[in-house]
Amino acid sequence: MGLKTRLLAVVALGAAAIAPVTAQAARNWVMPSTTTLSGSNAWVTFDAASSDELYFPDLRPLALTSIQVIASDGAADQVQNGSQGKFRSTFDVQVNKPGTWKVASVSTMVMASWTENGEVKRFRGTGEDFAKQVPAGAADLKTIRNVSRNETFVTRDKPTREALKPTGKDLEMVPVTHPSDVVATEPATFQLLLNGKPAAGVEVTVMRGYDHWATKPVGEITTKTGPDGAFKVTLPQAGLWWISASLRTGETGRPPEGPRPAPAPGAMPGMPGMAGGEGGRGGPPQALAGDGYGASYTAVIEAQQP
Amino acid sequence: MKRSISLLTFAGAAVGAAAPASAADLSVNFDIPRLTVAEYHAPFVSIWIENPTDAAAPSQTLAVWYKPNHEKWLKDMRQWWRKAGREMTFPADGISGATHAPGPQKVTFSAAKAPLKDLKPGQYVLVVEAAREAGGHETVRVPFTWGKPGKPATAKGASELGAVTVAVK
Repeated sequence: MGLKTRLLAVVALGAAAIAPVTAQAARNWVMPSTTTLSGSNAWVTFDAASSDELYFPDLRPLALTSIQVIASDGAADQVQNGSQGKFRSTFDVQVNKPGTWKVASVSTMVMASWTENGEVKRFRGTGEDFAKQVPAGAADLKTIRNVSRNETFVTRDKPTREALKPTGKDLEMVPVTHPSDVVATEPATFQLLLNGKPAAGVEVTVMRGYDHWATKPVGEITTKTGPDGAFKVTLPQAGLWWISASLRTGETGRPPEGPRPAPAPGAMPGMPGMAGGEGGRGGPPQALAGDGYGASYTAVIEAQQP
Repeated sequence: MKRSISLLTFAGAAVGAAAPASAADLSVNFDIPRLTVAEYHAPFVSIWIENPTDAAAPSQTLAVWYKPNHEKWLKDMRQWWRKAGREMTFPADGISGATHAPGPQKVTFSAAKAPLKDLKPGQYVLVVEAAREAGGHETVRVPFTWGKPGKPATAKGASELGAVTVAVK
């Protein structure tokens, strides 16, 4: 699918296509111990996980291998003391150059089906494994790619913009208001890009998190990107905020809506899109109905005290 | 920081009208309360000037008190850090100095020296921000008029700072 068609499809599918993604409630986040640093001996420790509640790891870690560190001069840097646990990954970054750094978890999951010797084959795994395991030029190849990018920003001394430059791939956010200049009760502007072009009409959710002990959660702010891909949000209170957006086009790989065959006694309830897809529910592997693409983006940013 | 409380300054203020407007100094008196806590460290303090009529105008730092080699915690004076501190280099000559023991603080900033010598007459806000290691954080704002001697203005802190009084003399 060409970019233009894809963008059109995204707009056409709109909220209907996005809703099932957010309904899953698994929220990805990369959270820094601090967003603001001073002085030369600067370190930040990070947690990276996918959880139901923000910042309370209870589902799975974001893989350590998915972490990318972009130093303030745009150079790739490395994590230190990395550990991938049952529920979260944790790692340190030595912020050894002044300016703004970007730390992200970037991963691609691929579902594929193709035909080999008259048999339908299925694959589900990372983008790297897809390249290794699925033969190039496979017959009847259909793929559904899901790209997940989860970012956060830390600044030592004076804020800079080199590390904020988008890669031009998949769904990304350009902080028009510098992350270090996001202040509670003041409007901040961000722009969503899809493959480097403004992503218009995309629903954005902004959440406070830390609601675990709150009797009444702060609630979420929802907005939509304009024709230029930009959205403006005024965060009501200081602290960490989670920005989330996703879009999808083509096939999802999920079973069609409607009555499903009753699962066998004792079987796990149907997990949409899990290994084998339709083929995983008994019978022989079935081909995907078509190609699909999904992209999700999250950022953890701090709203500073006014 | 070199504190410029000089007898000459006060003598000049006492004469009042005799001093030309441009020679008015900025005097800041405030209290760092003595707190009875298990672990007490003298607060890091920053004193700066905001221009409320021009949001784009950079804030001017008058003084920063912190522990030598503890630049890591300068950012805990959060508002000052965002508005001015992060653009500076530390130690900052003529601006930064050691923390002060709790009690009454009396500082005077000379109109003949930067940044006051370049400050245009008008309405400003003097801000004192205190951040204490293993403790609280507070900011107190006092509006004042720069350019001619005026009545002292006072605002009161609640926890980390007592009353802050600003006078142009």
